[in-house]
Amino acid sequence: MYHIALKMLMADRGKYIMLVGGVAFASLLMTQQNGVFRGLLSWTTSHMRNIRASIWVVEARVVTANETKPLKDTDVNRVRSVAGVDFAEPLFLSIIKGRAENGAEKPIQLVGLDAATLFGRPPVMLEGELERLRLPNAVVIDTLATVRLNEGLDRPLRVGDAFEINDREARVVGICKTEKHFFGYPYVFTTYDKALEYSPRMRKMLSIILVEPLPGQVVEEVAARIERETGLRAYTSAGLSQATTDFIWANTGIPASFLTTIALGFIVGVVISAQTFFSFVLENLRHLGALKAMGASNGLLARLLLLQAFTVGLVGYGLGVGLTAIFGLVVLPFEQPPFLIDYRSLVLTGLAVLTICLIAALLGIRKVSRLDPAIVFRG
Amino acid sequence: MNTPGSIVSRAPAVRVDGVSKSFGPKDNQTIALAGVRFEADHGELHLVVGPSGCGKTTLLSIIAGTLRSDAGDIRVLGQSLAAFSDRQLTEFRGAHIGFIFQQFNLIPTLSLVENVSIPLLLQGVRRREAEDRAAGMLERVGLGDRLRRKPTELSGGQQQRVAIARAIVHEPQLILCDEPTSALDSRTGHDIMGLLAGGARTGGRCVVLVTHDPRTYGFADRITRMEDGRVEEVLSGAAVHQFAAQPH
Repeated sequence: MYHIALKMLMADRGKYIMLVGGVAFASLLMTQQNGVFRGLLSWTTSHMRNIRASIWVVEARVVTANETKPLKDTDVNRVRSVAGVDFAEPLFLSIIKGRAENGAEKPIQLVGLDAATLFGRPPVMLEGELERLRLPNAVVIDTLATVRLNEGLDRPLRVGDAFEINDREARVVGICKTEKHFFGYPYVFTTYDKALEYSPRMRKMLSIILVEPLPGQVVEEVAARIERETGLRAYTSAGLSQATTDFIWANTGIPASFLTTIALGFIVGVVISAQTFFSFVLENLRHLGALKAMGASNGLLARLLLLQAFTVGLVGYGLGVGLTAIFGLVVLPFEQPPFLIDYRSLVLTGLAVLTICLIAALLGIRKVSRLDPAIVFRG
Repeated sequence: MNTPGSIVSRAPAVRVDGVSKSFGPKDNQTIALAGVRFEADHGELHLVVGPSGCGKTTLLSIIAGTLRSDAGDIRVLGQSLAAFSDRQLTEFRGAHIGFIFQQFNLIPTLSLVENVSIPLLLQGVRRREAEDRAAGMLERVGLGDRLRRKPTELSGGQQQRVAIARAIVHEPQLILCDEPTSALDSRTGHDIMGLLAGGARTGGRCVVLVTHDPRTYGFADRITRMEDGRVEEVLSGAAVHQFAAQPH
């Protein structure tokens, strides 16, 4: 009987397309918005992927990677003295302005690395050599900076070009690849000492202490020990990412806004699909009544309706996710808008589609189970 | 033992005894059937006639087990329907009763062979075998060359032939027909009645046919005439022919 149910479903082309379209649209909206939201969240934690370290030690009140409260220079040695720490290096991280060739000022994310170890170095160098950062006024910029700080030039910045940071020359010795940050500012890497020179002078300038534990040490245990012994806050890289996204969830309207759109996708899916499926059932009520009179049990009819609903769900989900994948392929090269999709997004959308189909099927099943087969004898 | 799958009796195919049925709230009830007695035998085409609202369709629904009576005993193919649960009634209908409806109730999106195979599929017959047997049955009703056509491509008479094929494809012993000729012209109606009468007499089936179409009366072995929820008279033999010959 199952092939009969599928044929009944698909032969009504208009309704079938409407049903699949509704589920596909809902899947697209839910997956795509989820992808953009997760992409946006991932941007908020891109420091942890662009400046890599196992442990990030910050001032005790810091709750997100995107705020810094300065530490004392002596804190570096305090952290180094904690058992299990292999090495700990200072990091300068601040947003300041860079001035392009024509005088236009652009905000930049200035990163100052320890000159000896260059710990926290960018993950991928595209041009030049990172070691040349030790030269006077040398900076390594990311690809975004090449097109942000090139005003006055008719081409992107390249190795050998210069711009200004706080009235001091910054000469490009390398170009690196980074993940875009939530703030949208380009990364400019230099050494810690030069970063202090580029920045307006403050009493305390140290932003973060990057730590690598000794081989064999458990990162979480070392971080906990640093906190206990120094009174500073020590996050693992994953912990700081989590704290940052938790902060976004708790303190901004971004999740609510995306969740609203995702919920709308779900509601649209339910309304379109459930209503269309219910009207499909109503149109076939007489035939379903005839089947019931001929010996089809309520259980069998329920299974047929579930099969129809889940077939629509599967096809619609496939289409919706496929369209989302195409969207991702189109936007990812431009890094705009942010987009991140993984199996969890797909599972969540799948569960939502399953719910939509279940609601649609249950409405039909409720109607059919109450259907009096004697309906077929009434003219 | 009273089970949906076992038929043990050669007693009347249908025996309805003192059956009553009312609809509506207690203080404003419409009596559809009032103590009806009715019998139909194997190998018989038994017509139930009467004006609209006399209770014919209610009686048919009660015999089919799609409607429960308020009182009385209904035995179909030797089985007491009152003893069956709803589920057992559904199984019983599927196994032993064929239906022909006034509006044919063929599924328009399915081919003829698929429509006719449904009763077999409901009994668990595999798809290929069901379609083979359905094709054979369509051949017997003269539609062997249109197996893959859709019902909407056929005339009313041809659609009713398909409905007959569907009603008998699983070899039921009882066929219940609800106004099978009312939507057909007289010649087609005549052909359909011929098929049904042949099915009853040569197949040993009991065919109970509810109608108010006088053109069908001459085909009957017996006629039960109803009025106001009661059986007025039961005609057989020459009385059937006299009744059929009267102007209605």
